[in-house]
Amino acid sequence: MAINWFKYSAPTTFYGLAGKLIPWFAISSVILCAIALYIGFAVAPMDATQGQFYRIIFIHVPTSIISMFLYLVMAGYAALGLIFNTRLSSMMASAVAPTGALFAFISLWTGALWGKPMWGAWWVWDARLTSELILLFLYLGFIALHASIDDPRRADRAAALLAIVGSVNVPIIYFSVKWWNTLHQGSTIKYSGTSMHIAMQQAMFTMLVACWLYAIAVTLMRVRSIILERERHTKWIAQLAEVK
Amino acid sequence: MKPRQKRALYIVVALAAVGLAVMLVLNALKDNVSLYFTPTQVYNKEAPQGRSFRIGGLVEEGSMKREGDGLTVHFVITDLKKSLPVVYRGILPDLFKEGKGVVAQGKMEADGVMHAAEVLAKHDENYMPPEAADALKKAGTAASSPASAPAVK
Repeated sequence: MAINWFKYSAPTTFYGLAGKLIPWFAISSVILCAIALYIGFAVAPMDATQGQFYRIIFIHVPTSIISMFLYLVMAGYAALGLIFNTRLSSMMASAVAPTGALFAFISLWTGALWGKPMWGAWWVWDARLTSELILLFLYLGFIALHASIDDPRRADRAAALLAIVGSVNVPIIYFSVKWWNTLHQGSTIKYSGTSMHIAMQQAMFTMLVACWLYAIAVTLMRVRSIILERERHTKWIAQLAEVK
Repeated sequence: MKPRQKRALYIVVALAAVGLAVMLVLNALKDNVSLYFTPTQVYNKEAPQGRSFRIGGLVEEGSMKREGDGLTVHFVITDLKKSLPVVYRGILPDLFKEGKGVVAQGKMEADGVMHAAEVLAKHDENYMPPEAADALKKAGTAASSPASAPAVK
């Protein structure tokens, strides 16, 4: 039996599927987030040099990872939209962007809150911080460029180009602490292992999964609204129960 | 070649071209992208002369001295090859400690001492509970762990 790979690339079928999936992602995200916060604030021991301040990593590290990951997801959908000319891929790219921008902002913001007491500065222009700031601007640029072009299909193509070119920035963020002297520390968790306490790792990874599930849930919700908005003149939308 | 394969090829080629261009630019601007110079670079005269720049490394063990006013601090920044004396007047960040990472911004004066206007603490990538840190210290590896030394490039 041949699998129809393109079945869910049609907004008509994907709209219903997304609606069914959202509660699962949303509920598991909330549960995991609660578990991660509990481990992070009640179970994990304090740090030898930073005391309690270090606990911001339980938010900072997962949101930073997700902000970079979402950019690649967005650029990937944008590329799919360009290559296959599928409407839904471009809609997904537009749906990911605001969540990516949110995570990039949280990452910068929590970093600044930590930087002041630990480093002695809210902000320094080192390679890691600057490239993450560029990531935030790329997200905002994508949203702004898309919004500035009236024809949605042309807007999709223009914004897709920006998203794809901007993806060069993601490896720069990741390797910045290796390539240059930065104030930002290197990665704690490496392929060769880590000295980090196990409860700290658990809190961080649980929060990472929670953020990821949250991103999926919110993106699906947003893409449903985008489908409704863009396909509003079609028959199948007019027949939807929630529209009638 | 189908049109969609052609478009995919365009995207791959464009991405490779942009990536290469960015790589070349960043490589050319290497010294400008780095936040600080190491003491070795300062000795090799790679750091700017006569204007303010940042220097980074570890605070040498036993080098920190406070003057009578309680605000002026003398310490030595080292990258374990070369070291450089620094004087700073102001409040140090909480993480500032002997044997730990530090980044100081200031000007080299004629006396060969950096007069810092700003001192930032650089945290290393080690997160551990106090008991584990004590155990490491007892084993004699905590302070001189090579993981906390900044890379010399």
